[in-house]
Amino acid sequence: MQPTLVRELELDLDAFEGPFDLLLTLLLKEALEPREIDIAAIVLSFLERLAERDEIDLDACGEFLVLISALLELKARGLFPDEAAELEGLEPEEAAEELARRLAEYRRMKEAAAWLVERLATEGDRWYRLGPAALAPQPERRLAPQDPAALAEVLRGLAAPPPNVSLSHMALRFPPVSQFLERFRAVLARRRLFDFDSEVAGLSRVEQAVALLALLELRKAGEIALSQAAPFAPIRVSRADVERTTAWTARSA
Amino acid sequence: MDSPLRLIAASPVDRLAHTIEALLVVASAPLSISDLADAAQDDPERVETAVGLLEERYREGRSGIVVERVAGGYAFRASRDAAEACARLFERPVERGLSQAALETLAIVAYLGPCSRPEIARIRGVAADSAVASLVERGLITEAGREDGGGAIRYRTTPLFERVFGLESLAALPRLDDLGETTEELRDRLVEVAAARAS
Repeated sequence: MQPTLVRELELDLDAFEGPFDLLLTLLLKEALEPREIDIAAIVLSFLERLAERDEIDLDACGEFLVLISALLELKARGLFPDEAAELEGLEPEEAAEELARRLAEYRRMKEAAAWLVERLATEGDRWYRLGPAALAPQPERRLAPQDPAALAEVLRGLAAPPPNVSLSHMALRFPPVSQFLERFRAVLARRRLFDFDSEVAGLSRVEQAVALLALLELRKAGEIALSQAAPFAPIRVSRADVERTTAWTARSA
Repeated sequence: MDSPLRLIAASPVDRLAHTIEALLVVASAPLSISDLADAAQDDPERVETAVGLLEERYREGRSGIVVERVAGGYAFRASRDAAEACARLFERPVERGLSQAALETLAIVAYLGPCSRPEIARIRGVAADSAVASLVERGLITEAGREDGGGAIRYRTTPLFERVFGLESLAALPRLDDLGETTEELRDRLVEVAAARAS
């Protein structure tokens, strides 16, 4: 057998059918997974070809050994990517134990497969009906006796438009500013000045805020004068003409 | 003239046996005692008694059909005497052409299932993708969830597997300890080989 003939070795595997060199090419191009390849079957094919010849071709054997061992390593790395580290720490004795354990596990499964084959042979004369499972009848849905009129009433209720939802509670109620404008004007018509805090005492916070706005409006219009002795001290409100007169009198004096 | 069938007698259990006989005839898969009791609306213990009557009536060699206990239930099958005639008329697509790889994979799933393809590949030393796909297609194994954390799909055998191999249940498989060499035996052999090479 010539070395070139090793590459032309015809293979018939589960995952590949064709010459050995094509298999190698596909593996190198990663078109085929090494873990899919049954290495033992390749070795058997090679040995069968070797047995057909009268003499052993050492060159061919050497090339085959190199290629098949490389392939075996590729497959081993592909199959057990994480196990190299796992096995590195093992002592030779432990490694042998682990290897024996795995081999025993595989042997038992091979024996189990052989038992299944025997079983198929002994049970091969059992013939039975096979087919898709019959559809089981759906259990009937049992409803209580119904009154059509009651059903219509319920449906009528569902068909009625829902009542409008009132949003009135969400609106803020502000008293009009004009109300306080009139009120302050009336007070100043009776008195020359008044104390704002005393005037709005007893009102809500919203009403007090609106009253302050009214006060500012009057100040902007020049109808009143405002004074405060210190921050947060009572605000004193007076008619604008009274304030001017007081100021003039003070300057004259 | 032949005497009428004994089951046609009027006893209540005989009448129940008639019903169960009819259920087994129309079923395409084995029916458990519970299935039969539900369908016959009868007591499971009485159903078991009636099934016993049927097993006696349809035992091997007495009739062309046989009641067998298989895959967790009861089913009719042809008698073994009629196997050749059946083989001329019907195919057995499920078990025909099962490869060695498929049988090894099937054994692993039967004994260790539910198990995933990586677990099968780890034991066999060869990827199990095509063997698993073939067994799923034949209906001998089926998906049984995933490994923890959304990992690989796991597989288990189906009732059809038990029926094809004539097993009452998976418990009828031989014990793994009785198959193959033990770890100790293999280890001793490895040591022997290593010692021979060293010398």
